[in-house]
Amino acid sequence: MSGLSELFDMGGHGVYVWSCYAITLVVLVLNVAQPWLARRRLVNEEARRRRREVM
Amino acid sequence: MKWTFFHKLGSPKWFYDISGRWLPWFAVAAVALLAVGSVWGLFIAPQDYQQGNSFRIIYIHVPAAFVAQSCYVMLAVAGIVSLVWRMKLADVALKCAAPIGAWMTFVALLTGAIWGKPTWGTYWVWDARLTSMLILLFLYFGIIALGQAISNRDTAAKATAVLAIVGTVNIPIIKYSVDWWNTLHQPATFTITEKPAMPVEMWLPLLLMVLGFYALFTVSLFMRMRLEVLHREHKTRWVRDVLEKLS
Repeated sequence: MSGLSELFDMGGHGVYVWSCYAITLVVLVLNVAQPWLARRRLVNEEARRRRREVM
Repeated sequence: MKWTFFHKLGSPKWFYDISGRWLPWFAVAAVALLAVGSVWGLFIAPQDYQQGNSFRIIYIHVPAAFVAQSCYVMLAVAGIVSLVWRMKLADVALKCAAPIGAWMTFVALLTGAIWGKPTWGTYWVWDARLTSMLILLFLYFGIIALGQAISNRDTAAKATAVLAIVGTVNIPIIKYSVDWWNTLHQPATFTITEKPAMPVEMWLPLLLMVLGFYALFTVSLFMRMRLEVLHREHKTRWVRDVLEKLS
């Protein structure tokens, strides 16, 4: 086996290790992205409301 | 101590301003700690002589479990503050921290299950540590559901605070489960009183990951709380000013 695939295979444990890290990364990103998107939504709604008031 | 400090602490506007200043620093710290800790834990730390490479899961499993439990203690403290002193910001903290705690418990349980397969030969056993962590997840679900089911926010604040306080009975059970009962789960990795049983090159990346998880928890909590404050105070002058500047 080449060096790189050996590194990712981790002696047969790679699938367990990498799935754990992947799932965790998704959860962590989700926990920051969700409030960020909700904040953008609030700001956009506010901007729309303001434009309507001006017209 | 002056009471003005306490009032300031409870003021949503004060929180919004100060958290806005701290947020970028916590974000930078979280990304740096998690990046360095992951690379170190995955590629540089030596393998475990018994578990081989599967032990590298420890670098996310243990930090997630730490945050899951301390987040619950934080909910209970916020619950007491919100019940006793009627501090609105404490209820905001309780409401916003609960989903993050639930996610962290989910990560701890799932990575534990995946780690269990190559190590114990099974994904799940009904032993004390695993079962009490599952109860923690259900407690988080209960607090979230209760908060959403009650439309009056003052009533919801009281109900969720009481549930959060009552549920803390589970925290010492999780902590001591590995000592009180026979279990497959290994005992605590870090204790305050003793030196870690691992060599430095194994526990140092773990320490970085724990700090990184706490930093990321703070980032997510601040973002959620700031949003919640904007929603709750949307009729006030200062929120109108903030939104006007943003939009």
